[in-house]
Amino acid sequence: MHLSRYLRSGGALLASGFASVEAMAGEQTKSMRYNMTEGVTEISQSVYSLHQIILWICVIIGVIVFGAMFYSIFKHRKSKGVKPATFHESVKVEIAWTIVPIIILIGMAVPATSTLRKMEDTSDAELTIKVTGYQWKWRYEYIDYNGRKLDIDYFSNLGTSQRQIHNKEKKSENYLLEVDRPLYIPTGKKVRFLITANDVIHSWWVPAFSVKKDAIPGFINETWTKVDEPGTYRGQCAELCGKDHGFMPVVVKALDTKDFDGWLNTEQEKVAEAKRIEYEAYGRDWPLEELMTEGKKIYDAKCAVCHMPNGEGIPGAFPALKDSAVALGDISKHIDVVVYGVQGTAMQAFKDQLNDIETAAVVTYERNAWGNDTGDAVQPRTVRDHKQQATK
Amino acid sequence: MSAVLDDHHDHHDHHHAPPKGIMRWLLTTNHKDIGAMYLWFSFIMFLTGGFMAMIIRAELFQPGLQIVDPNFFNQMTTVHGLVMVFGAVMPAFTGLANYMIPMMIGAPDMALPRMNNWSFWILPFAFLILISSLFTEGGGPNFGWTFYAPLSTTFGPDSTAMFVFSVHIMGISSIMGAINVVVTIMNMRAPGMSYMKMPLFCWTWLITAFLLIAVMPVLAGAVTMVLTDKYFGTSFFDAAGGGDPVMFQHIFWFFGHPEVYIMILPSFGVISAIIPAFSRKKLFGYASMVYATASIAGLSFLVWSHHMFTTGMPVFGELFFMYMTMMIAVPTGVKVFNWVATMWRGAMTFETPMLFAIGFVILFTIGGFSGLMLAIAPADFQYHDTYFVVAHFHYVLVSGAIFSIMAGAYYWLPKWTGHMYDETLGKWHFWLSTIFVNLLFFPMHFLGLAGMPRRIPDYATQFADVNMIVSIGGFCFGLTQLLFLYIVIKCIKGGEKAPAKPWEGAEGLEWSIPSPAPYHTFEVPPKVS
Repeated sequence: MHLSRYLRSGGALLASGFASVEAMAGEQTKSMRYNMTEGVTEISQSVYSLHQIILWICVIIGVIVFGAMFYSIFKHRKSKGVKPATFHESVKVEIAWTIVPIIILIGMAVPATSTLRKMEDTSDAELTIKVTGYQWKWRYEYIDYNGRKLDIDYFSNLGTSQRQIHNKEKKSENYLLEVDRPLYIPTGKKVRFLITANDVIHSWWVPAFSVKKDAIPGFINETWTKVDEPGTYRGQCAELCGKDHGFMPVVVKALDTKDFDGWLNTEQEKVAEAKRIEYEAYGRDWPLEELMTEGKKIYDAKCAVCHMPNGEGIPGAFPALKDSAVALGDISKHIDVVVYGVQGTAMQAFKDQLNDIETAAVVTYERNAWGNDTGDAVQPRTVRDHKQQATK
Repeated sequence: MSAVLDDHHDHHDHHHAPPKGIMRWLLTTNHKDIGAMYLWFSFIMFLTGGFMAMIIRAELFQPGLQIVDPNFFNQMTTVHGLVMVFGAVMPAFTGLANYMIPMMIGAPDMALPRMNNWSFWILPFAFLILISSLFTEGGGPNFGWTFYAPLSTTFGPDSTAMFVFSVHIMGISSIMGAINVVVTIMNMRAPGMSYMKMPLFCWTWLITAFLLIAVMPVLAGAVTMVLTDKYFGTSFFDAAGGGDPVMFQHIFWFFGHPEVYIMILPSFGVISAIIPAFSRKKLFGYASMVYATASIAGLSFLVWSHHMFTTGMPVFGELFFMYMTMMIAVPTGVKVFNWVATMWRGAMTFETPMLFAIGFVILFTIGGFSGLMLAIAPADFQYHDTYFVVAHFHYVLVSGAIFSIMAGAYYWLPKWTGHMYDETLGKWHFWLSTIFVNLLFFPMHFLGLAGMPRRIPDYATQFADVNMIVSIGGFCFGLTQLLFLYIVIKCIKGGEKAPAKPWEGAEGLEWSIPSPAPYHTFEVPPKVS
C-alpha cells in the first residue's frame, strides 16, 4: 500500500501545479479538478489507483525514452563535430526491448483483471432500479427492494433553465448538472441498475461511482454500485444521443438507510395519491383556460426542445405543430400521436411520462396555441377512453 | 529488357510534355500530377475541416450557447471528423504514395495510371456531396463520424443518403488507390530492389494498402445497412425488428480500428526516412521495423471492441480485447526505440523535416501512452467518451499523422519544386505548431479526467477556464497552418535552387534524379546493387 500512497501524492502534486489556474477561476465558477475522481465506492477507488499506476508507469517510461533522446539531441549533433557511428542493428537489443515491455504490460494486466471481475459481478443486490434513457432525460423505475416489489417510476429532466443556457440569466452553481427529480439510493447497500433505452443509445455515467454503462434500445445491461457516504453525485449522458445530448445530466442522492426508507414510503403514498387525483379528474369538465395554463407548462418542459416554443419545429428535423395537419385535424389521431408516438421517427411515446390530465392539457394547448385556435378543450376522460379503446 | 522499352517508345505517341490548362489535370495519368492533386486536395480539406473545428472551439469558448445551436454543433463535430479522416489525412498519404513510391522503387509510374486518375477525381465529388448536405433542410449528418445506429437510421436527418453515398465514393477511391499501391510495389520494383531493400515508406504503405482493401468494404457494408434500415424498412440495427444496435458498432469498429492504423502506418514510413537522413546514420533495426509494422497491422484486426467496453460485453470479451490492445504497445514501442537508437550517436542537424519528425516521435508517443491507459478496461469506464479520448486521438492524428505529413512535405518539397523552402519560416511553422498543438490538446486530458463528456455543445461551469485555453490553442494552431500554405507557395514560385540531393544524409532512388523531378522518371529502370 506504500506504493499507492506515493502515487496519490504524485497526483496531488500534478494538481497543485494548476492551482494558479484554479485561483483565476474566480467566485462564480466551481474549481475544477485535474485528475480522475477517487470517487466514493470501493470500485471507484480501485479504478483510481489503477489509473494512477498506469499514468506513472507511462510517465517513467516517457522520462527514460525522451531523456535518452534529448541527451542524444544535445550531444550527438553535427555542429559539435561528431562523426556518426555506423551501427544499425542488434538482434539482442531488439529482443530486450520486446521482452521488457511485455513484462511491464503483464504487471499492468494483473490488477486490471481483478478490478474488472469485481466490477462485473452484479450478484446479491438489495435494491434493483431500472434506468431507461430517453431523448434527453432519464427514467427511473424502482423494481424491488429486499424482495419487496415497488411501483415508483418517474422521469428525471434537466433542471437548468433555457434562460441560463442562452446566457439571459446568471448560471447556477450546478449549471447543466442539476435535475428536477434526482435518483435516490440507500448507502451501504448493493444497488443493481438495469440499463436500457427507449430510442437511441445513451450512456449512464456517474464518475464518483466509476459506473458508465451504455443504455441500448432493445437490450438490458446490468451494473451495480455500493455507496458508503451519503451525498449528491453528479454525472452526464456519455454517448452522443442527438441534439440535446449535452443536456441530460444524472444526479444521484445517496441517503442513509433510515432516510431512504422514509423517502420510499412517501413516494409510494404519492403514487397512490396521484392515481386518486387522476380518477377524480375524469368526473368533471375542464374549462379551456385551465387546460391551456396546465398545457403550456407541460409543452415548454417536454415538447418545446424539438417542436420549439413557437410551435414551428426545426424544418427538416422536427415538424411544426403550428398550422399542422395533426394539431388541426382529428382529436383522437392527435391524442394517439402524443400517447403512442410515431414509429420510425423521433416522436416518442409519452404514455409513461404524462398522465391523462397532462395529456389532455398538452393536446389542448397544441390545438389552441400559436393561432391554431380550434377551440377544442380535450378532457382527461377522453384521453382515458382513447387509451382503453386502443388497448382493446 | 531495355530494348523492349525503347521499342515501346518509338511506336507510341508518347507525350513528353503534358497538355496545357485544365485538361492536363483532368486527364492526367502521371503519378506526379496525381500525387500533387491529392496533396492539394488534402490541404484544402484540412483547412475546411479546420474551419469546422474553429466553429466547435468558438462555441466551446465559454459555457452557454452563443454561436450555433446544438443540432448544428453536432453536424460540425460529425463533418469535421469525416473531412479530416477521409479528406485530409488519407488523401495526403495517398498523395505521398503516388508521388514518391514510383520514384523510390525505380518505376516509371504507378502500375494502373488510368485507375489512378479515376480514384483521385471521384474524391472531390464525394466531398461536394458530403459538404452540400449541410445546406439541405434539416442539415447534414449530425450523428458523429462513427454514425452509431439507431441515431443515424431512424433518428437521422433526411440527408443521410447523401452521407452514405459520399462515404461509398470515398471508399471506392481508397480501395482503388490501395490496389494501385499493391500492384505497383509487387510488380514494378527496379531490378535488384528486393522487398527487404525497399524504403520503409514503401513497406508501411504496402501493409496499409492491404488494410484498406480488407476494411473499406466493411465500411461500405455498414453504410449500406444504414441506408436500407433508414429508407427501405430493413432492421439490421433495429431491435424492434429483430436487429441489434450493438452489431453496428462491431461492424463499424472492425473497419474503424484498422482504419486508425491506416492513418498512422504511412507516418512511420515517412519518419523512418527522415530521422536517418538528418542523423546521417542508417535506420536502426530495419527488419524489426518491417516486422513491427506487420504485427501492428495483424493485431489491428483483434482489438476493435476496446471502443465498446461500456456496451455490456461479457467479462471474457472485455479481458480478451484488453490484453490484445495492450499487446499493440509492444511493436509500437519497438518502433520508437528504433528511432531513438537511430538518432543515438548520429551527427544530427535540425532542419524543418527533422524538427517535425522529432515532434512526431514525442507527441505520437504521448498519444500512445494515453492509448495504453485507454486499453485498461476498468479505467476505460471512466475515460470512455470523455475529452480524454478526444485528447488521445488528436495527439495521434494531429501531432502524429499530420506532423509526419508536414515533415514529409518539407523533406520532399525540394524534389517536387526544384527550390529550397524558406528554412527560417519552416522553423517558425514547426515551433508555433508544436506550442499551439499542445496548448490545444494537452489540457483536454484534464477536462476528460475531470468528467467532461465529448460531443457536447455546452458544459458545466467548472470546465470553463480550461476550455477557454483549449480554444485559444485551437485558433492559434489553425492560423499557424496558413503560414505553411505561404511557405509552400513561396517555394513553388522560387527560392534557392535545390540540388538532386539536398539533404546530406538522405538515401534512396528519389535523390538520384534531378530536382525538380522530370515529368517522366525511370523510363529505363535503374540498377539497384
